[in-house]
Amino acid sequence: MIGFNILVLVCLAYVAVLFTVAFAAEKRAERGEVGWLRSPIVYTLSLSIYCTAWTFYGAVGYAVRSGLEFVTIYLGPTLVMVGWWWVVRKLVRIGRSQRITSIADLISSRYGKSNLLGVLVTLLAVIGTTPYIALQLQSVALSFSVFSGDEAAVWDAGNLKNTALLVAAGLAVFTILFGTRRLDANERHHGVVTAIALEAVVKLVALLAVGIFVVWGVAGGAGDIVARIDASGVAEWNLAGGRWTTLIFLSAAAFLCLPRMFQVMVVENADERHVAVASWAFPLYLFLMSLFVIPIAVVGLDVLPGGNPDLYVLTVPLSLGQDNLAMLSFLGGFSSATSMVIVAAIALSTMVSNHIVMPIWLNLRRGGATVSGDVRNVVLLSRRVSIGAVLALGYLYFKLSGGGAALAAIGLISFAGVAQVLPSLLGGLFWRGATRAGAALGLTIGFAIWAYTLFLPSFGDTFVMSAAMLQDGPFGIAWLRPRALFGFDGLDPVVHAVFWSMVLNTGAFLLGSVFSFPEPLERLQGAQFVNVFEHSPNAPGWSRGLAEAEDLLIMSQRILGASEAQALFRGAAERQGKGGYLPDTTPDFIELLERELAGSVGAATAHAMIGQIVGGSVVSVEDLMAVADETAQIMEVSSRLKTQSEELSRTAGQLRDANEKLTALSIQKDAFLSQISHELRTPMTSIRAFSEILMSGPMTEEEQTKFSKIIHDEAIRLTRLLDDLLDLSVLENGQVTLNWQTADLHDVLERAVTSTVSMAGDRGLEIIRDPSVERVALVTDSDRLAQVFINLIANARKYCTAQNPILRIVVSDGGAGVNVDFIDNGSGIPRPSQSVIFEKFSRLSDKSQAGGAGLGLAICREIMVKLGGSVTYLPGQGGAAFRVALPRAQARAAQ
Amino acid sequence: MRKRVLLIEDEPNIIQAISFILSRDGWTVDTHADGQTAVAEVARRTPDIVILDVMLPNRSGFDILADLRADEATRALPVLMLTARGQKRDRELAERFGASRFMTKPFSNAEVLDCVRELTGS
Repeated sequence: MIGFNILVLVCLAYVAVLFTVAFAAEKRAERGEVGWLRSPIVYTLSLSIYCTAWTFYGAVGYAVRSGLEFVTIYLGPTLVMVGWWWVVRKLVRIGRSQRITSIADLISSRYGKSNLLGVLVTLLAVIGTTPYIALQLQSVALSFSVFSGDEAAVWDAGNLKNTALLVAAGLAVFTILFGTRRLDANERHHGVVTAIALEAVVKLVALLAVGIFVVWGVAGGAGDIVARIDASGVAEWNLAGGRWTTLIFLSAAAFLCLPRMFQVMVVENADERHVAVASWAFPLYLFLMSLFVIPIAVVGLDVLPGGNPDLYVLTVPLSLGQDNLAMLSFLGGFSSATSMVIVAAIALSTMVSNHIVMPIWLNLRRGGATVSGDVRNVVLLSRRVSIGAVLALGYLYFKLSGGGAALAAIGLISFAGVAQVLPSLLGGLFWRGATRAGAALGLTIGFAIWAYTLFLPSFGDTFVMSAAMLQDGPFGIAWLRPRALFGFDGLDPVVHAVFWSMVLNTGAFLLGSVFSFPEPLERLQGAQFVNVFEHSPNAPGWSRGLAEAEDLLIMSQRILGASEAQALFRGAAERQGKGGYLPDTTPDFIELLERELAGSVGAATAHAMIGQIVGGSVVSVEDLMAVADETAQIMEVSSRLKTQSEELSRTAGQLRDANEKLTALSIQKDAFLSQISHELRTPMTSIRAFSEILMSGPMTEEEQTKFSKIIHDEAIRLTRLLDDLLDLSVLENGQVTLNWQTADLHDVLERAVTSTVSMAGDRGLEIIRDPSVERVALVTDSDRLAQVFINLIANARKYCTAQNPILRIVVSDGGAGVNVDFIDNGSGIPRPSQSVIFEKFSRLSDKSQAGGAGLGLAICREIMVKLGGSVTYLPGQGGAAFRVALPRAQARAAQ
Repeated sequence: MRKRVLLIEDEPNIIQAISFILSRDGWTVDTHADGQTAVAEVARRTPDIVILDVMLPNRSGFDILADLRADEATRALPVLMLTARGQKRDRELAERFGASRFMTKPFSNAEVLDCVRELTGS
């Protein structure tokens, strides 16, 4: 008898081997050496997760209880693989081209990416699978208990549950480690698949070994065993047609619809051609698995008449002292249970994560700020949590149901549950008219009837349904009795439930589809699913074609820019030895292009875009999430760029303005220089000309004097011009230092008038003032203010054309300040010229009389601006009139 | 017969200077100080040579020159242009409008005299 501790050690060693194999396979795959990891044999072996502990141990028990009926469980998948392999092939093709990640994803995708359907199927799958996982945990726990026979006293229900808990935790760790190592767009798990292929071999070898031992070791060979079978009642063909048909249908439907089967059959499929091999290899595997079921059952009944037939595979060798065989058998059962749980957990967690957790998370996040976190991390985390949750659910179910008989029937109940997906699945594959409304209706009704007629009653009369309800129907309504719906009494419960749920499910699906109108996306997806073989050619991977190259070029031009894209394509074509822009779309080229595009739009987007063109494939949830994440990042970057470009254009605008100002200034400067040149050259011309005349020869003394005077006058004119220029330059550059002080307006005026009189003037100018109003105190630079007054008085003296020139100086209160007006009695300044007189060099009249360079008023204006006042021309006064305004603030400050 | 010069210039001292130099050399000098009526003055006086300032009151010397060159009677009339601005652009404009010679103020008396002689072939 093997000690319990040794069993645990062997068990741990086996698990360690599985880890190692899975790890090695992952490493190989990471290095790109997929090779045999993805052979048809591995694919076929991975399909063997169909054979769970329920089949490994339970088939014998089933045979003991119901004779040959257990065969139906193998017949369904066999019929599918042999007769319906083309359905599987279509599923695989669609799965690949649409990047389907689960059965829920497939249904959701087919019906216009409806998340409602995804959620429905996910719920169905979780509810249908959880008891099944519990069943596996129970079988492992029970098989442990068998080995602890010696210590039966201590192996009570508590130990069973603890074992189950440990197994569940261990499986969770394995599944998380190898099921969510990374987020692969195609959801392939090389490590897991390799490990379950190994487990498939172990369980087959174990069962065959037990069978061979039973036939040739216990019984006396084939002849003897046939005789024993005939003697027992096991092999009686107790053919109940309805039940057999129902069970074959159920197992076939489950084979297609079970989440874990979908995972290995479609999602993990590496090559469509593997389906062809599996179509004969998998039925062969099933045949071998079922070959010795009857012999073991018969011999078991002989050897251990009172034992649990569900454990004969284990207990028969054990009781006959075949410890090693028993150990192998235990490992076979362990393999069956664990491989199922691992794949189911992966499949369910993918569904839960993609259809329930992620949509909720994305919704929650939508309101908040765009966190540019890696969506992939969130997906992985939600996968891991989901795996833990699925296994926790399975364990809880096992713990609460108390194990035992309640679980035995759960296999078929589970099958019936997931079979509800079949109408929507097949309808979606083969009928373009199938709509989301139809699928939702069919699924909901089928699901409800399954729960009402089979699932809930399976808990007995203690959970949800009372005994009265089961007996007489809800509220005593007889035709609603869960086990005799619409009065169909006396049917087998499973047959009854499957019949009604499938009939009403299919009916609702058909009617719903006929009477509803598909949305555009549904139509598109429907066409792509139903006509998948027309859309994508048979070759795996990327397909080829000139049209595609052209499409790719057009797309690339949009992303990379015309010249870069064309250069890339021409280069590729050249390397292929072709001319022009359209290279063959070889995998190398596609890869190169994808990398190039990824640089611009991100890897996921690039892959999705190229996939759309080359494979006609559609984007998966993962792709979309990755795209969304990339897009968020790109949007962030682009919004930053936008801000920057706005700043740039603002700066550019400022530069443009500044440049325009500079240009204008430069033009002004040129004009100014030109003016200065003229103003300087004119007196110099006279000086030079008369100097040369004086030097050149004899002339009268009168002439000599006259010419000398001209030279003298022009020299003075030059000097004054230079003085004015310097003065103006100082004023304009703001470098002038003003000597602020209190002053009396009257005194300043007095000074100005006196100094203009003293200036040599041959024209008499009468000045009229009213000194009584001139006593205004000021804070100003009185020298500068006097300079302004002098200029204005001098101008009047120079330009006043009247016979008897008179200048009136009028001081008045100007509201805003003090006004000093200078008004002469000449002809004034014509209106068009009034606006230019303050500009530099704007001398209006005859040059001969000016004696100035035309800078006087410009200087006055600058001075008044500096003093906080102004000087303006006062039109409509008869003669020329200027107003000097001194702001009141200055006047008040002095008082 | 003494050759006649028409001096179109508005700066009195410069008029006096040029008049003195040319008179001494035996020219008859007429002067005119306004741009607006300058063309008519040329037609009236029919001088042998015109000395034309650029910056004149009321009309630019270039416009006057253009008018003179447009008229058959004065197309070949020698015109010596004077300017105090002395920029390259003025020289180009003068050439384009057909000035016989272009001089920048301040000028040398001898140069003006030589130029007038040369242009009139005397």
